[in-house]
Amino acid sequence: MEKTIATTRSAMNIPTGRLAVWWVLVSEIVIFGGLLLSYLMHRIAHDEWAAEAAHTHMWLGATNTFVLLTSSLFAVLAHKAAEERNGPKAAKLLWITIAGGGIFLIIKSFEWTSEIREGLTIQSGGFWQYYYTAAGLHAFHVIAGMSVMAWVATTAAKNQELHRVENVGIYWHFVDIVWIFLFPLLYIAK
Amino acid sequence: MNTHAHAETQQHGEGGGHAPHRNYVKIWAILLALLVVSVTGPMVGIRTLTLITAFGVALVKAYMVAKNFMHLDVEKPIVHWMLLIALAFMVLFYAGISPDVEKHHGRNWQKTYVAPSPAPEHEGGEAHH
Repeated sequence: MEKTIATTRSAMNIPTGRLAVWWVLVSEIVIFGGLLLSYLMHRIAHDEWAAEAAHTHMWLGATNTFVLLTSSLFAVLAHKAAEERNGPKAAKLLWITIAGGGIFLIIKSFEWTSEIREGLTIQSGGFWQYYYTAAGLHAFHVIAGMSVMAWVATTAAKNQELHRVENVGIYWHFVDIVWIFLFPLLYIAK
Repeated sequence: MNTHAHAETQQHGEGGGHAPHRNYVKIWAILLALLVVSVTGPMVGIRTLTLITAFGVALVKAYMVAKNFMHLDVEKPIVHWMLLIALAFMVLFYAGISPDVEKHHGRNWQKTYVAPSPAPEHEGGEAHH
């Protein structure tokens, strides 16, 4: 099978696939950066949001931080395995990473269900609008990362296209970093 | 850049080569220790300490993930520039907008929709909303 130019060309002395992932992350910085800074400005302007933020469940947020940090560990171990040309091991580690994303989403869904049952919805005020938008956008990125990772794991298991393991890992670590900032903003600063 | 780091950069950059791998489990353990600090900080009840342990530790954690897991320390300069430009836009965004959002009134304007009150009378012009 003939490979696409994006796989073989190495512009700027960096593999094009990896460069493309970094470009994606640049756009993601603007998306999440804009949202989080916007929240920060409004949070500083509205001291009364502290009372709203007090309703968030810090321990669930902390548990999810632990889950994402651990999934990032498995993602980078998958990258290491891929560079050792051990595709099956890399695939296995990627599936563990995906499981981490799944646990994160399950915890998040329990958390949201609990809050919505308490009447704290996206229409409950400025804080909750940011809360659900930021956490929801992040969760969407987790789902996207899990989907792509499942595809990469499938090919990696056959020792094919192992360079993709690093690329999807870089994306996953970025999603982890976004959560590292969301956690104190939404769960700790009360 | 020292010779060793330069060699690592060359190795990681050229044709999709190998990243210099580290003790990832140790780095993960440090990240978890920092998570504990960020969670226990607010329990002391000092606001300044909470801000330091929450946001200061978040910055350190993000740096560690970017450096060690994303291998940003041995990535090509073009990537550093791309990321710095995006971050510079964010600084510009914050600097340009935050005064309007964070302040409720200025010399010639007042946000009556935030804190409803009669608009102040100014000589030579109306208050801007």
